[in-house]
Amino acid sequence: MSKLLWIPVAVVLLALPLYLDASWLKAGQYMMIGAVGAIGLTLLSGQAGQLSLAHGFFLLVGATSYSVLSGTDDDLVGLGLNPLLALIGAVAISALAGVAFAPVAGRVRGIYLGVASLALVFLGLYLGQAAGSLTGGTSTGRAPATFELFGFSFSNEGTLIVAGVPLRGTERLWYLFLILLALSYWLAKGAVGTRIGRSWRAVRDNEAAATAMGVDVRRTKAGVFAVSSAYAGLAGVMIVLWFDILKPDENEFGTYGINTSIAFLAMAIIGGLGSIPGAVAGAVVVYGLPQLLTLYSTDLGWFTGSVTPVLVSSFVYGAAIVLVVLFEPGGLAAIGRRIKELRS
Amino acid sequence: MTTFLQLMLNGLGKGAVFALLALGFVVIFKATEVVNFAHGSLVLFGGYLVLVTKDTVGWAAAAVIGIVSAGLLALAVERLLLARSRHADPFSLALLTIGVDVIITEEVVRRLGVSLPFIGDAWDAKPLQFAGVTLFRTHLVALGVAAVLITAFFLAFRYTTWGIALRAQAENPEAAALVGIRRSRVTASAWLIAGLLAGVAVLFIATQDFSGAGLSRGTHSIALAAFPAAIIGGLDSTAGAIVGGLAVGLVDALSTEYISFAFAKSAVFLVMLVVLVVRPAGLFGTRETTRV
Repeated sequence: MSKLLWIPVAVVLLALPLYLDASWLKAGQYMMIGAVGAIGLTLLSGQAGQLSLAHGFFLLVGATSYSVLSGTDDDLVGLGLNPLLALIGAVAISALAGVAFAPVAGRVRGIYLGVASLALVFLGLYLGQAAGSLTGGTSTGRAPATFELFGFSFSNEGTLIVAGVPLRGTERLWYLFLILLALSYWLAKGAVGTRIGRSWRAVRDNEAAATAMGVDVRRTKAGVFAVSSAYAGLAGVMIVLWFDILKPDENEFGTYGINTSIAFLAMAIIGGLGSIPGAVAGAVVVYGLPQLLTLYSTDLGWFTGSVTPVLVSSFVYGAAIVLVVLFEPGGLAAIGRRIKELRS
Repeated sequence: MTTFLQLMLNGLGKGAVFALLALGFVVIFKATEVVNFAHGSLVLFGGYLVLVTKDTVGWAAAAVIGIVSAGLLALAVERLLLARSRHADPFSLALLTIGVDVIITEEVVRRLGVSLPFIGDAWDAKPLQFAGVTLFRTHLVALGVAAVLITAFFLAFRYTTWGIALRAQAENPEAAALVGIRRSRVTASAWLIAGLLAGVAVLFIATQDFSGAGLSRGTHSIALAAFPAAIIGGLDSTAGAIVGGLAVGLVDALSTEYISFAFAKSAVFLVMLVVLVVRPAGLFGTRETTRV
């Protein structure tokens, strides 16, 4: 996108809470969560060529870390840290969890790594249930601390009125998520354009050639795994703030399970593996669709019995993956580039 | 001691089923280097057809229908989707199978709704008493069926023209093409076999004895254990798939008994991680070397 186009986009995104009601903002926030996670995965799978189905696990690590670091519950483990510190800590812990997986990640590559990473999802399912003193357990879960920035609470507390519109918890959270997404986007763009990004692509294209050029393949893989897990961890923090509860899954198809990992992979693939704007677009499709269909469900009248918005969205992104691989391996990013070329 | 014996037999019975799944998985990988993430959905699809036909045609005929349709679905996926993107690399094709998996699984699960039907009518929930030990008939039949199918597979793999063609293609696709081996046929047959084996496996998985849960999303997740089975044995080793399958079955049975039911699922995957760290290519897989 050209630099000038950013300004209207930013203005619209900043102005939306003044016009949309809370349910729409919630939908938008959910897409932003998807976008942050998908940026991390597109760096790992697209830029560095390492498939991962463990994104759901790292989401859980981030979500749990935030809840534990900021938690003040009496009966659960909680350090009661400042929420900003807790957020930074959660991202750091997620990155470390990614590094801890490096002995495996460094030894297997590509598709093998995807299969190996499935192990983490199952491990997360078990740990989430077993470590009830951290996660609150499957039956009740635990409420995360409200996010606060230098004394400003991202909740309904106090009154803040901008242009005649009272900004309550949902509106405030929108701005927080927007900042986090912008930061994620900017950092990823920076990494891709520099020496780090080049070493990722070198490892993806040919490990032997990368080694010959002086790239430490193992370290690079561990590094990109850490970066991607940090993004997933941030998405995990955002998801507990969004749900306002941390609840470990009862089976492998929950919030932090296989389906979530696949959904994130779908975002990265649909957007075009390796493309950061593509990942954001993919998140709008994969996480936006179920939200928007739910908001419109009564108007549409499609959803009766077993046909739910989530099901329809799953069909759409399943089919989209197939179509992208068959007809446009570059995904939405490639389509976008082509449109731009046509115009110029 | 008797519990231990029982555990071993249960583990081997489960392992035999995982071996069938892993074998299909490995056959596809050998022929095309594609990791088939849609394996679980083939299992569900076969099981679903058994379910909808068994009331009208009887269980035995329904079982055959289920097995054949799982095979045909695999064939259709290969012919209609993968064969059309021959220039895509195995990585992209594996991603494609994830998309296929999502669609088939969601549709079957939607049709199943809240019902969790068992489909192993011929052997399910009919335990045998033998020398003071209770044995599940499902596991015994599974062991027998798997032994027959696996033997048949290896005989065909070793002695028939088809087996030679598949091994040649696995060894060197270009050279195989040069001597007149049809890549499309070998690939299609590999998918067909994998589908048929998945169709057989589901008859044992969706039973009271095996999982205590009927056909559902959980069946798909049990079928995912075929991944660690194949990886433990080595993704390109057919014999490894059998060993890996049995190992997964035993680990599952032992950790359920001695640690906890909840841990068993991750135990299987943890064993896989350990194997990967020690031997990245699996126990019997070909070690990948790079010439510079």
